[in-house]
Amino acid sequence: MKKSAFLGALTVAGIAASAAVAQDASTVDQIKERGKLNCGVTTGLVGFAAPDANGQWNGFDVGVCRAVAAAVLGDANAVEFVPTTGKTRFTALASGEIDMLARNTTWTFSRDVDLKFEFVGVNYYDGQGFMVPKELGATSAKELDGATVCIQTGTTTELNLADFFRANDMSYEPVPIETNAEAQQQYLAGACDVYTTDASGLAATRATFEDPSAHVLLPEIISKEPLGPLVRHGDNEWGDIVRWTLNALIAAEELGVTSANIGELGASAGANPEINRLLGTEGTLGEMLGLDAEWAKRAIMAGGNYGELFAKNIGEDTPIALARGLNAQWTEGGLLYAPPFR
Amino acid sequence: MYHMTSMTDPHRGQFRLSMLFNDTRYRSLTYQAIAAIVLALAIWYLGNNLLQNLRTAGLNISFGFLGDPAGYDISQRLVEYDSQSSHARAAIVGILNTLLVSFLACVTATIFGVIAGVLRLSNNWLVSKLMSVYVEIFRNIPVLIWIIIIFTIMTAVMPAPRAFRGDTPEATMLLDMFAFTNRGVYTPGPYFTAPFFANPFLNWVLVLAVLAGSLFATRRVAHWATGVQEQSGVRPTTWYFTLGLWVVPVGLLLLVMGLAWEIPELKGFNFKGGIKIGGALIALWFALSIYTGAFIAENVRAGIQAISKGQTEAAGALGLRPRRTMNLVVLPQALRVIIPPLISHYLNITKNSSLAIAVGYADVTATLGGITLNQTGRAIECVLLLMAFYLTISLLISVGMNFYNKSVKLKER
Repeated sequence: MKKSAFLGALTVAGIAASAAVAQDASTVDQIKERGKLNCGVTTGLVGFAAPDANGQWNGFDVGVCRAVAAAVLGDANAVEFVPTTGKTRFTALASGEIDMLARNTTWTFSRDVDLKFEFVGVNYYDGQGFMVPKELGATSAKELDGATVCIQTGTTTELNLADFFRANDMSYEPVPIETNAEAQQQYLAGACDVYTTDASGLAATRATFEDPSAHVLLPEIISKEPLGPLVRHGDNEWGDIVRWTLNALIAAEELGVTSANIGELGASAGANPEINRLLGTEGTLGEMLGLDAEWAKRAIMAGGNYGELFAKNIGEDTPIALARGLNAQWTEGGLLYAPPFR
Repeated sequence: MYHMTSMTDPHRGQFRLSMLFNDTRYRSLTYQAIAAIVLALAIWYLGNNLLQNLRTAGLNISFGFLGDPAGYDISQRLVEYDSQSSHARAAIVGILNTLLVSFLACVTATIFGVIAGVLRLSNNWLVSKLMSVYVEIFRNIPVLIWIIIIFTIMTAVMPAPRAFRGDTPEATMLLDMFAFTNRGVYTPGPYFTAPFFANPFLNWVLVLAVLAGSLFATRRVAHWATGVQEQSGVRPTTWYFTLGLWVVPVGLLLLVMGLAWEIPELKGFNFKGGIKIGGALIALWFALSIYTGAFIAENVRAGIQAISKGQTEAAGALGLRPRRTMNLVVLPQALRVIIPPLISHYLNITKNSSLAIAVGYADVTATLGGITLNQTGRAIECVLLLMAFYLTISLLISVGMNFYNKSVKLKER
């Protein structure tokens, strides 16, 4: 018995030791040496991150990973996608198993401050919603008293759900589920009446159902869920690269830089100085980041600007059919607002 | 004696450093001391490394989070708990759930195991082969797979509660009392209309105390009967005494306290009232039972086969029928072979119950090692607490079972 306690301690210490080793060299150098970016994503949420029939990862969060890989390594495919669950994601990031996490993760105070992570921005403004079968006849989340609710465990939704039912003096039975796929199965089998997660996730899940029209999303959005990529504390240069790659995608949409016209705009300095600085035809922004001048150009070319990524993966023309809503540019009444490139 | 010592001990009184390695009297001690020092250094190095790395990352080891509100709900709770309770309380809820499923699974696994083990030696070809199939199938597929298979089948095959609704429902309750749904089984729940204590728990303690009293009294009766038998050779008939001692006191108590049954009823989304045995608990309990039962069956078979054939033949010669031979002659002797490996199966059940997370059962790994760990980010603290819990429970089971083993093992005089 003494031995097993010792082995346990050894494991814990081993994990801690490996984390420290990983933090010795700078993250960018490690990625360059490895030739691959290790990017943590979901275990599969269509539209955000899911492998297709050929095993190729696709999706909105995947797009961010590919943009960063393109900026740092010059190759949008030089990404090792590491599927993580709600429970394993933070350990994976903290231990150095992944370089960044792009897994519709909600930016909260305690994750940012207490867990020692750095959220580099928001790539999707979301909120928690409820999905119920249409035949249940519920039209509002306030009618869900006594319902059995499927939740993904280890997420902020678990806490919001408890708060919402308590605030409305209702009871419920939680069914904690590890992954989206399992939750879907439970929900469809009727083992729970309600499935709750971020509204975007519900829309994406519903899109994969045999008959999506038999399920409704209730109008209540019970929380703010700003989802964004994050890195661990301790390497600010790396954090800057991820932050400004995301900003570059957002700014590119605002400035009208698309994957179609970027070749032309990036070939030589044009009339708009901010586009020039973004695409590296003017100024030394890339150098300040420790990258070359064309970093942002490659990031945008990887999958298009923010708007293109959105439209291709989760936009209104896809089965997921999410409207831009809060995720429109600030110039169009949304919340997307990239700081100036100067 | 003196000669022996003088032969192996020629350098009396003279100690040289090289003797630490060359002399058999000191060598093993030397190596043990070296091993202990190396081990201590390794632990010190790893522990120090851990603390240093945590400090570098700006983290510390602190158990203060246990007092903070947990913020999440748990569906199966044996003690009072809501989302405002502390993380420590959530851990206790998880611990009780772990103990509950482990206990239930140990009991049923033993029953399955004994039945299958005995039947496997049956003279009936069909029965013994069926039991071989059971043993081979269940112990050769990982228990996690069994848990998931049983849970999936349950959710897919059983009707959802809404199937019970309407004038011509797709599903109906058994005897209007039991509802089998894909969320679990709802059974009538007992309660008292005129309880002695406001806390329902205390009333049940009282019932248990009365039952314990009955047990004691029946033991006395049996003791007395044995005494009479030894004196006169005839055992007095005691079954009506025993029956009365078991039934009358507890029956009176329940009558006075006004025992009533609450029948589950479909209200809103779910059945309300009565007792709910969650689907996750059933799947986990059943999977652990049949899986471990297959191993126990093999132990039981081994134990029985370890008893010499002559014992069975002697019992037969005395005119005992096969079933009595098994119960009175073979099994009691087989126990001393069966018990020691049984301990490790009980330990395995307890540890395997941590697979609960696969079906969303809120055991201690799911609450303390799952949601609490995730919401607070206190991985090392939570894992240490989990290790301490499982270690403690396993050691307690071990101690308890070893104690029982002492009582059944062959008494050598």
